[in-house]
Amino acid sequence: MNPVSDFFLILPELILLGAASCLLIFGVFRTTNADPGVTRLAVVFMGVSLVFVLAIAGDEKMIFEGLLITDRFGQFMKALVLVGAILTLVMGHGYREREGLMQFEYPVLIMFASLGMLLMVSANDLMSLYLGLELQSLPLYVIAAFNRDSERSSEAGLKYFVLGALSSGLLLYGCCLVYGFTGSTSFDGISAALSHDNTPSTGVVVGMVFLSAGLAFKVSAVPFHMWTPDVYEGAPTPVTAFFAAAPKVAAVALFLRVLFDPFGTMISHWQQLIIAISIASMLLGAFAAIYQTNIKRLMAYSSIGNIGYAFVGLAAGTEEGIQGVIIYMTIYLMMTIGSFGCILSMRVRGQMLEGIGDLAGLGRTNPLMAIALAAMMFSLAGIPPLAGFFGKLYVFLAAIHVGLYPLAVIGLLTSVVGAFYYFRIIKIMYFDEAKEVFDKPIGREITVVVSLSAVFVLLFFVYPTPVITGAANAAAALFP
Amino acid sequence: MGWAIILIEWPILSVLIFLPLVGSLFILSVRGEQEIVAANARAVALWASLITFAISLLLWIKFDRTTAEFQFIEHREWISSFGISYFLGVDGISLLFVVLTSVLTLICILASWESITVRVKEYMIAFLVMETMMIGVFCALDTVLFYIFFEGLLIPMFLIIGIWGGPQRVYAAFKFFLYTLTGSVFFLIALLAMYFEAGTTSIPELMSASFAPKMQLWLWLALFASFAVKVPMWPLHTWLPDAHVEAPTAGSVILAGVLLKLGGYAFIRFSLPMLPDASAYFTPLIYGLSIIAVIYTSLVALMQEDMKKLIAYSSVAHMGFVTIGLFTLTTQGVEGALVIMLSHGLISSALFLCVGVVYDRMQSRLIGTYGGLVHRMPVYALVFMVFTLASIGLPGTSGFVGELLVLVGAYQVATWVAALAATGVVLGAAYMLWLYGRVIFGTLENEALKSILDLNRREILMFAPIIVGVLWLGVYPNSFLDVMHVSVENLIALSQPSEMGQTLLIVK
Repeated sequence: MNPVSDFFLILPELILLGAASCLLIFGVFRTTNADPGVTRLAVVFMGVSLVFVLAIAGDEKMIFEGLLITDRFGQFMKALVLVGAILTLVMGHGYREREGLMQFEYPVLIMFASLGMLLMVSANDLMSLYLGLELQSLPLYVIAAFNRDSERSSEAGLKYFVLGALSSGLLLYGCCLVYGFTGSTSFDGISAALSHDNTPSTGVVVGMVFLSAGLAFKVSAVPFHMWTPDVYEGAPTPVTAFFAAAPKVAAVALFLRVLFDPFGTMISHWQQLIIAISIASMLLGAFAAIYQTNIKRLMAYSSIGNIGYAFVGLAAGTEEGIQGVIIYMTIYLMMTIGSFGCILSMRVRGQMLEGIGDLAGLGRTNPLMAIALAAMMFSLAGIPPLAGFFGKLYVFLAAIHVGLYPLAVIGLLTSVVGAFYYFRIIKIMYFDEAKEVFDKPIGREITVVVSLSAVFVLLFFVYPTPVITGAANAAAALFP
Repeated sequence: MGWAIILIEWPILSVLIFLPLVGSLFILSVRGEQEIVAANARAVALWASLITFAISLLLWIKFDRTTAEFQFIEHREWISSFGISYFLGVDGISLLFVVLTSVLTLICILASWESITVRVKEYMIAFLVMETMMIGVFCALDTVLFYIFFEGLLIPMFLIIGIWGGPQRVYAAFKFFLYTLTGSVFFLIALLAMYFEAGTTSIPELMSASFAPKMQLWLWLALFASFAVKVPMWPLHTWLPDAHVEAPTAGSVILAGVLLKLGGYAFIRFSLPMLPDASAYFTPLIYGLSIIAVIYTSLVALMQEDMKKLIAYSSVAHMGFVTIGLFTLTTQGVEGALVIMLSHGLISSALFLCVGVVYDRMQSRLIGTYGGLVHRMPVYALVFMVFTLASIGLPGTSGFVGELLVLVGAYQVATWVAALAATGVVLGAAYMLWLYGRVIFGTLENEALKSILDLNRREILMFAPIIVGVLWLGVYPNSFLDVMHVSVENLIALSQPSEMGQTLLIVK
């Protein structure tokens, strides 16, 4: 173990840590109007961190005596997390400016949360897992309540905090049980202890279930999803966009790592659990969204459903399945960002709107935004040739390969139900008469981000190889 | 010499598929005054579809009709890790559908020239994208590629019905979309299962792969769920009348002319050659559903007040003949089914256009609105008569050739099927002639009809190629049968059930 090279390997995290701390101090001393500068610098530093993530060789290496790990899987997921964080931060700038939420703490908190996510992705020990998770969660609680003059936002923050604390408790309890019955907190140690006996003791199984429950809360999978619609609706929209993007990816990455690394030998135990969670999430995501009228709430249910689809790949428990989950999350990230970019542009006479009905006639009044949002919706519905189809293709491919036909059938049927409400948005935009014209201009940064994600979604099929091979390498690194 | 190589080597199928898409991108980039944009969009769409049509004719000329192999093959790596490739090719069966698609798209664009006045730009884009998808389906030789085109069609069609449709358009668009999507997800599952069983997504390789008889049953049912909705077969046909009635005229034309053929075409490409044992096992089911479709929907058609709905139900009945013909697995039956598909593609399209002509003038599709049109519109009455008689299957028109061949084929295999299906011919004559009589003959009573105008030049231009096609196919069907003959024989050879599979399935 060479401490210098260890520090080199966590350079992306160190950059974020250093930059966030410095920006915090800078903001405190420069009392007025610090935000625009801090936001810009935050974006730059997260970009630098992203460059280092990509530059550092992705071979599997242990850091700090196995506390953290870097491998191709971590590299891919960290890159996704940072892309999500950067794009949502950029996208939300105009909104915060208009709504008077220009506190410099916001970008700093996003940076700390991202730091927590990077640690989560590279956790290789129950300790670092918990620390990363909490470092991620605490800033999120704060920014959920960031609009402190709004009752809804405060309520969202409080709700998120209380339920989040509960889930952390569950997770910690699970960690304790696992440690107690295996005698180790390191993933390798747990895995070694479990590989000795063919039937793991009940304590470990219970511990694993508690741990999964805690993580399921973070990815908002049914039955731990209750916070999601309220928090998504209540939090300021840029915050919601961030919640739906980066933390989801990080939590799914951690979920994958935990299930395949320490508990890889217990696949027959967790597989049933994941199948149940997956089916429940897909069903709820499909049916509960039908009657929503608030678009943020709808996106909340949509994200629950999407986690259900991603877990179809996880349920397969194969390398192909991991690859499917990674591809799905990549595409999900871009679709979410694109959709929220459009939601952030729903403004009439300076007022932000959130009703689905407010989109009426958008196809006429703002054709380009309508095309972008329609592309996102068709893609979320999984209609080829858009990107969302390939995400679904890969997860269901993995499930069918191991013979999980009932799961695949249920999943695809719920996707038809889900398609109904995505198509309803298209119907409102194109088939209904226009109500009010949205304000122009939409911020330049939103236009850029939305166009980026629309191009990704529309043209993914032309050259899917980079994402698919990247995901394949990542999956190969994780799969035991 | 260099020239010759260029002429031979260019990827003609890719050009056919993507030329309309390029046209639609071009339209997308047009900006400016609304009327200028609309005029430009129409012109670009017309030229793009005209050139596509010309290339499809070239394809027909260059096609070698002595072999059953796929021709004009293009094969490129696409998603290598999963073995999906960009794999195109046509045989004698798909070639004619490519030509049908390109000619109908051209006619649709002509038909929409004046009747579409709002959002012309988006309309033309939707039609060109749809042409890309349709030609893609008929050329795709990779299952996933096929599925992508097959499903991708939903998007433009959903928008065409929903944006430019009639008063109930939202309901019709959702019904169309939900029915087809539900069927298609089973298709996707079957595709993936076949990929893992046979280890390939290439359609030619899958045709020669053999699946275990028990598995064939499940795969066949999954495919059936999707194809039967598209055909549509009774009792999954109920989306069709709604979609037809609410869609704009050109939308109905494409729906009847091409989209309904996708189901039959998919049976030919997938169910019959890939799952021969299961196909043989389920043949009585197909016969039963088809006969119900032929008789029941013909009776329903008799009772319709709405012209478009009547033609929609008649489509279901005609598609019943198609599925009977395909599953007889005789040369006559299969060729007859293909001829019906082509001929129905022309005739029903033309009938929808006929309805569209009077709808553009009167804004009504109800039979009761009209009557005595022959006094004001003699040319229209003549055109409508040609297609009415062709739809009935008068000898000398394309309808006759197909129905005769199918009945001959069915007679060889199961007499009772031929006998029951033949009643459909009689009922078909009844509802079509009654429709024609009520609309065209009689006295001109409705005041509003007294100033109605006969067909204009554009409309005659639109009908002329269809009349030529219908008569050509009716008088000299050999020029079409020649093209498909070798491929059909090959299909029948591939689709023979294995003895072992039959004994296994029948014992169960």
